[in-house]
Amino acid sequence: MAETQIRNFSINFGPQHPAAHGVLRLVLELDGEIVERVDPHIGLLHRGTEKLIEYKTYLQSVPYFDRLDYVAPMSQEHGFALAVEKLLGCEVPRRAQFIRVLFSEISRLLSHLLNVTTQVMDVGALTPPLWGFEEREKLMVFYERVSGSRMHAAYIRPGGVHQDLPPGLADYIYTFIEEFPAVLDDIEGLLTENRIFKQRNVDIGVVDEETALAWGFSGVMVRGSGMAWDLRRAQPYEVYSELDFDIPVGRNGDCYDRYLCRMDEMRESIKIMKQCLDLMPEGPIKTLDKKISPPRRGEMKHSMEALIHHFKLYTEGYHVPPGEVYAAVEAPKGEFGVYLVADGTNKPYRCKIRAPGFAHLQAMDHLCKGHMLADVSAVLGSLDIVFGEIDR
Amino acid sequence: MIAFFQSFLGPEWGFAVGYTLAILALAVSLLVMLAFLLLFDRKVWAAVQMRKGPNVVGPFGLLQSFADFFKFVFKEIVIPAGADKTVFLLAPLITFVLAMAAWAVVPVGEGWVIADINVGILYIFAISSLGVYGIIMGGWASNSKYPFLGGLRSAAQMVSYEVAIGFVIITVLLVVGSLNLSEIVRAQAGGIQNWFVIGGTLPVPLLLLPMFVIFFISALAETNRPPFDLPEAESELVAGYQVEYSSTPYLLFMIGEYLNIVLMCAMISILFLGGWHPPVDLVPFTLVPGVIWFILKVWVIFFLFAMVKAMVPRYRYDQLMRLGWKLFLPTALVWTILIAGLMIYARPDLPPAL
Repeated sequence: MAETQIRNFSINFGPQHPAAHGVLRLVLELDGEIVERVDPHIGLLHRGTEKLIEYKTYLQSVPYFDRLDYVAPMSQEHGFALAVEKLLGCEVPRRAQFIRVLFSEISRLLSHLLNVTTQVMDVGALTPPLWGFEEREKLMVFYERVSGSRMHAAYIRPGGVHQDLPPGLADYIYTFIEEFPAVLDDIEGLLTENRIFKQRNVDIGVVDEETALAWGFSGVMVRGSGMAWDLRRAQPYEVYSELDFDIPVGRNGDCYDRYLCRMDEMRESIKIMKQCLDLMPEGPIKTLDKKISPPRRGEMKHSMEALIHHFKLYTEGYHVPPGEVYAAVEAPKGEFGVYLVADGTNKPYRCKIRAPGFAHLQAMDHLCKGHMLADVSAVLGSLDIVFGEIDR
Repeated sequence: MIAFFQSFLGPEWGFAVGYTLAILALAVSLLVMLAFLLLFDRKVWAAVQMRKGPNVVGPFGLLQSFADFFKFVFKEIVIPAGADKTVFLLAPLITFVLAMAAWAVVPVGEGWVIADINVGILYIFAISSLGVYGIIMGGWASNSKYPFLGGLRSAAQMVSYEVAIGFVIITVLLVVGSLNLSEIVRAQAGGIQNWFVIGGTLPVPLLLLPMFVIFFISALAETNRPPFDLPEAESELVAGYQVEYSSTPYLLFMIGEYLNIVLMCAMISILFLGGWHPPVDLVPFTLVPGVIWFILKVWVIFFLFAMVKAMVPRYRYDQLMRLGWKLFLPTALVWTILIAGLMIYARPDLPPAL
């Protein structure tokens, strides 16, 4: 018989694909249903955030961070605020710190709810996402009440937060905290012990310790593999060191453990949110340094100095002393870091953003090789990819 | 009805007109029922997901399916440049025609059947096996990668689960002793205790219950319903073999698929749930026409189909194969042998084995 050339079947997974989580394009090389090679092509959502920030004042840069991981916007703002504050050397009032932690955890819920339920959707169950979105809606209302915007809040700003919690919001959040675990139970009831769900996730996309360290993983991708690494515990910022919460850790580092980790983290977030509300003191919500935080509107009506400050802050902005700094927060997806170089002007000289999803996505080939086509979407779902932050 | 037309049109014309009308009546009522089943499916799904579902077109969205129908019909048919035109258009036709054809032997009531043939169940089995051609041809003719994979998957899947279904049917046949679908239903007369899902004429009750379960799950796989919807898996193959289809060809695929689902619901009710017989053989129940009972059972089974769709994740390809070949097939096989032995033991009136 004549020798025949056998060619692998290569398909384009995305950028227009329901499971591509945005605009990811994966070039898959298949041997039947077995995946031989995964080649992620990124950049379809590149907006030049880092470069744009170099031409914006520090305050104007804040909204760009909302648009990175648009599933949990405030976590990014938080990272940037921490970096700028480190350079400025400014103190953040305690009430502001509690509000920041409160909303960081709300962001974590937003992100995990979306991720867990879409991971489930990637393995074929279409109901949990809608249950999750019901809750996300409530969380976005909290965003809206505090900042006026459901997603791109621009709320956590260098020096504190923009405004105090509106009256009555705390009660709403309390109610949410009480009702939310029941929803988690519902979602877990549908999935955690579901045999098909387990078959699709257990031992899929296993990340061992070595891989996690070598590829620069962080967040749930590390904790799912059994390493209790969480910046909230390892390098506490804000008031995390005073709060009582646990770090859920997986054992096998597969998709299923990561799912469990996220579910448990949501329960921990609820705990943190409750403590924040209980412990939150009264007081100012942004730094008292008039050269950084803008004056209240009432003050401007009778104080010439306040008016000048307001004018200067919203035109020229504040000058940040020269230096470079790296600040990181435990964003829902992992370590979100901001590396800032300041040259003493009102604009950053350079702003490098370390997006956790970027590090995770580059391991796709490593994680998917030898798995089946259907596992690619399962692994992709459990990596928690959001293209805003990867393409930047 | 045939006799009625023959009485004044003569034997040949009466036969032709009578049958044509009968077929039309079945087809039209089937398609109208399908429109509401589709809506029901979406409504159940929506309820599970805490949505309202279609509720704009007509009261409670009752006319939604008809609106969808017209939308599809009025759209332009897009045929990809690289596609094999003939096969591409033939595929949805095959799916649709076969799905309709299978209904010829389904008895919806006592004597309410278009072709009361003696090998009815074999006919259905053959037709539903042919159904896979529509999908393979559609997947192949699209000349596109996702449809191709979808076609491959569905070919393997349908063939695998047909084997299990075949053995399940054999167990029922052994008990009834006939391949005629009407006979199978008649064997379950006399109330719910005689339905095969409960016990039927077997000496041991609930003996066919496992077969009912296997048949139900295999029916899900046979009709590409979740959790076995791999050929059109959204998160993997986008829409599988339907990717390149639009307009009426897509509509035909869609109707064919749902007709197959309803057919499977009907088969379940015929084989296990007593077809047109009422659950209790007493006056208020027996007054209701058999067709109503039959349709009611179909809707109940369809409700289960819809609930399964709303709740489960999707199997992976190898897991699907494993379930079919390593679990269902051996179980059904062993059960066939068991039932056969039991019939020999319990029914000495049967002719002795050679």
